[in-house]
Amino acid sequence: MLEVDGLEAAYGAFPALAGVTLRVGAGEIVALLGPNGAGKTTLIRCIAGLLPPRAGAVRWQGRSLAGAAPHAVVERGIAIVPEGRRLFGSMTVEEHLDLGAFAPRARPERARRREQVYAVFPMLRERRRQVVRALSGGQQQMVAIARALMAVPRLLALDEPSLGLAPRVVDSILAVLGEINRTAGVSILLVEQNVHAALALAHRGYVLESGRVAGEGTAAALLADPHVRQAYLGPLAARA
Amino acid sequence: MTAVLLQQLVLGVLIGGLYGLAAAGLSLVFGVLKVLNVAHGELIMLGGYGAFWLFALAGVDPFAALGIVVPAAVVLGALLYHGLFAWVVRAHAETRIKNSLLIGFGLGLALHAAAVLAFTADERSVTTEYGGRVLDVAGISVPVVRLASLVLALGITGALHLLLARWKWGRAIRATAEDWEAAAMTGIDVRRAYLLAFAIGTGLAGAAGTLVSVGYSISPSIGLEWTLKALIVVVLAGLGSMLGTFVGGLVLGVAEAVSATVFGGPYREVVGLLIFFLVLVARPQGLFSR
Repeated sequence: MLEVDGLEAAYGAFPALAGVTLRVGAGEIVALLGPNGAGKTTLIRCIAGLLPPRAGAVRWQGRSLAGAAPHAVVERGIAIVPEGRRLFGSMTVEEHLDLGAFAPRARPERARRREQVYAVFPMLRERRRQVVRALSGGQQQMVAIARALMAVPRLLALDEPSLGLAPRVVDSILAVLGEINRTAGVSILLVEQNVHAALALAHRGYVLESGRVAGEGTAAALLADPHVRQAYLGPLAARA
Repeated sequence: MTAVLLQQLVLGVLIGGLYGLAAAGLSLVFGVLKVLNVAHGELIMLGGYGAFWLFALAGVDPFAALGIVVPAAVVLGALLYHGLFAWVVRAHAETRIKNSLLIGFGLGLALHAAAVLAFTADERSVTTEYGGRVLDVAGISVPVVRLASLVLALGITGALHLLLARWKWGRAIRATAEDWEAAAMTGIDVRRAYLLAFAIGTGLAGAAGTLVSVGYSISPSIGLEWTLKALIVVVLAGLGSMLGTFVGGLVLGVAEAVSATVFGGPYREVVGLLIFFLVLVARPQGLFSR
């Protein structure tokens, strides 16, 4: 469904992606791992249409996304949950859900969709009239995911949804992602620092280092890979 | 002294409503596009001439003229956005503000010169037959036209507030103002939000100009003064709340009236700049910004 081929991107003279190739298939959960500064967020920004790549291509359902503005990317079925959530602080939960269904494709379905989203996150229904600034970090992350789901995506790309959240909250959010994937068949591209949790959820994964794909494979293969264990799961895991 | 002060306070509130309306347009454009349109005052001036000529040539009542001037100003705003400001918003934030100042000053000078050529430098004002009527409230005189302008300014600001709160694109404009990248990733065409915000901001300038031409007077050179008043109110009130901006306008109007009465006429212009300075030092986000 999503094909990234030889993608190169840079911020000014500073290269961030040096030829990244990866795939996300229909109904697949793909984890994108790697240290800070590896280019994970840059890749998401390229897919979202916020950063034009220097070279290479992003194709979605067989068609290039080159030159597509971010809102056009959403309209074509890719929803992004950006790093740091990026909510509209002065708006209510309800307003976020309404804006989430801004794309013309999602607009007619928004009432039904909202009920589905509230079924996934019952807490958001209770707090629907609250301004999001008043919510906890975990609740805000739920709003960010709910806003993206309102766009009726075929692919959900999440940039570090667990950042700054308590482990228990992370577990419940990742569980919800698995449920969305199973029940709605939404493909998921998950950027995560929490390698254990990400690989427990994902079918496959890629390891990004210095703007290049340094490893790829099934979740089980990556978990068993000595380099991955050494670099991302700590020395204890490497010895075990 | 008390009676004089009270009278001046009332007049201050009356002009303050127009300061608030003038500032609402500037605030909307600045908040959403991150562009400081220093030609906002000249757009107010054009709105004033629109109402003046509609009255002088076609006998259109100045308050009814709002129904013509505001839509025309919205169209003008859309054209100005496409012709000038659409190029500016492509740049990064700091470049944006610098370029917008250059373009704004250029546009302001051009509009000023064009208005002198087309309308002469004479001071004008719409003088309706009811223009001189004054209400007497417990010894304080309230000019009817200015009172009506205040009510209309409040009504327009309230309508703007509802538009931003309820309308689909109103919410999109607010989202774009808070975080344009997040808005774009939510599926909002942010360029469209910029266009709408600029067009609405220009429409508000047209409304303010119309009301200025009927209760006060206009000339080609009033632009800078109105830009300055609007800017002081925007700094005073902060971004994000149109009703807060309106209240900010009232505060400036009252502060000017009080200082003019207590310290003498010339101090009217000083107090605004003093407020500007004090707010920037003590509460740079503005009084009503959360």
